[in-house]
Amino acid sequence: MATRTRPKRERSEYARKEARAAWLMLTPWLLGLALITAIPMVASLFLSFTSYPLLAAPTWVGLDNYLRLADDPRFLAALGVTFRYVFISVPLQLGFALTLALLLNRGLSGMRFYRSAFYLPSLLGASVTIAILWRQVFGKDGIFNDVLALVGIEGMSWIGNPSTALSTLIVLNVWTFGSPMVIFLAGLRQIPREYYEAAAVDGAGRFSQFRRITLPLLTPVVFFNVILQFIHAFQAFTPSYIVSGGSGGPVDSTLFYTLYLYQRGFTQFQMGYASAMAWVLLLIICVFTALNFFGSRYWVFYGDEK
Amino acid sequence: MAIARTAAKRISNNPDADTSRFAGAQASRFTRTLRHLLLITATIVMLYPVIWMLLSSLKPQEEIFSTGLWPESWTLENYTNGWNALQHGFGRFFTNSAIIAAAAVIGNLASCSLAAFAIARLRFRGNKLVLGIVLLTIMLPYHVVVVPQYVVFSSIGWVNTFWPLILPKFLATDAFFIFLMVQFIRSLPRELDEAARLDGCGPFGIYGRIILPLTVPALATTAIFTFIWTWNDFFTPLIYLNDPATHTVPIALSSFLDSTGQSSYGSLFAMSMLALAPIVGFFIAAQRYLVEGIATTGAKG
Repeated sequence: MATRTRPKRERSEYARKEARAAWLMLTPWLLGLALITAIPMVASLFLSFTSYPLLAAPTWVGLDNYLRLADDPRFLAALGVTFRYVFISVPLQLGFALTLALLLNRGLSGMRFYRSAFYLPSLLGASVTIAILWRQVFGKDGIFNDVLALVGIEGMSWIGNPSTALSTLIVLNVWTFGSPMVIFLAGLRQIPREYYEAAAVDGAGRFSQFRRITLPLLTPVVFFNVILQFIHAFQAFTPSYIVSGGSGGPVDSTLFYTLYLYQRGFTQFQMGYASAMAWVLLLIICVFTALNFFGSRYWVFYGDEK
Repeated sequence: MAIARTAAKRISNNPDADTSRFAGAQASRFTRTLRHLLLITATIVMLYPVIWMLLSSLKPQEEIFSTGLWPESWTLENYTNGWNALQHGFGRFFTNSAIIAAAAVIGNLASCSLAAFAIARLRFRGNKLVLGIVLLTIMLPYHVVVVPQYVVFSSIGWVNTFWPLILPKFLATDAFFIFLMVQFIRSLPRELDEAARLDGCGPFGIYGRIILPLTVPALATTAIFTFIWTWNDFFTPLIYLNDPATHTVPIALSSFLDSTGQSSYGSLFAMSMLALAPIVGFFIAAQRYLVEGIATTGAKG
């Protein structure tokens, strides 16, 4: 270490220079943190306690917005839809991601091709194009019904039916399993092969190798993916907006939380109400993430890491 | 984890361990073929809808719902009709999207790499705190700040301009990319900095001459993801860009969808496909950075 052998004065002079440069480099970030993130956050917390129709000044209403949320049937519907979407699609998505990562990690030829083919949908999934495509695929004349017709089942409009519309959006999210899959693959590649070889010498079969080596050593990656994908899914917006034409229909069956927030805030301009919704969303995400971190103690394995 | 531990011990006694082959590679030809079949089927099922849309966009309108996958006659009329189907041509929307995406890429590259270098390499009080805040803000939902942001931006007359979409990128608000670059820069040897410093380089010199050139893979990942996310973004332009002349491609597609009946699905599909083209293009050109980029952040997370 060159620094240690230098005279003290020169070092502290450089240290000061370094600190000054650091804050200079962090200036854009600091400005963004203050102007784009922190101050608006405080402001939206304040606005959530007001009635604010945008054109008139906000008036203080205390906890009114939050109390109204509890009685708002559309809000409760949005909450139900979003929870179902998140808690069904994310486990399915991660299940597919892990299964295919394991399959691809077998040293197969053409692995790169498959990896790319599976990864591509996760780049496209949030686009308006794919949402338009989904309307088509699961519509009355869609290709999903064409496939069903091959086996003699008469289809219907899966998008237009309130009891199936949400399922089509769940399928859409599962379709984007490529990005967690790539993360799983990277995690799998970090497990030293020697473990498997030694286990094989000890007479451990494929399945017990998976259960005793792969799964425990992969839990940190599973944990990372769970957090990431859940937070992501809670904020999904585009598919529900496009598939339902902005309404969340039929009968609010695709009314995502963010879509209802958009309707309240940016079509009805009830900024106070929308802010309260935003803070409830933040609270839900925080509670969920905290529970996850807390629970991770019991199932995430960090033993062999340095 | 008994197995893993004995494994580790065994390895240290066994110099030949590296040369033996991975258990999974020894599968029989039959299981290998089976796996390939499975994976190919999965690939086809997954990509079929997109291929269907692409081929439909190349069929005459009346063929779309009546014939099989392959067009009986090929045509580009959906593309020419769709291009001018709205009040403004799609050329306008593509230009708007491109301007916003390019500015976002430049903004993120500059602001995030500066912040990341400071966090990863420079010693200053509060370094850990800054990184902590960066990590926290990754998790923050945009919706918590969008209402006051809108109020402010609309009060200074920025609705129907690109500023609300571009400015935040120059202020390093996409914390995810700071994190990505911090991880990357930390993996570079510190001796480089020390050597440059002995040669008289200041912190800015080390950033510009030593670290930045070596950070190209992380910068590429940042650029590509920023481009794709900005290009796909629907929520932000939906809020800020109401004037049709300022619409981005996704917004234009959405209003195309609203205004169109069954009769012009061909042109809707054609424009939808064009909207995907830049993303697929980037994907093909830069898969390495995309897949590896995700992999490194994922593995470290």
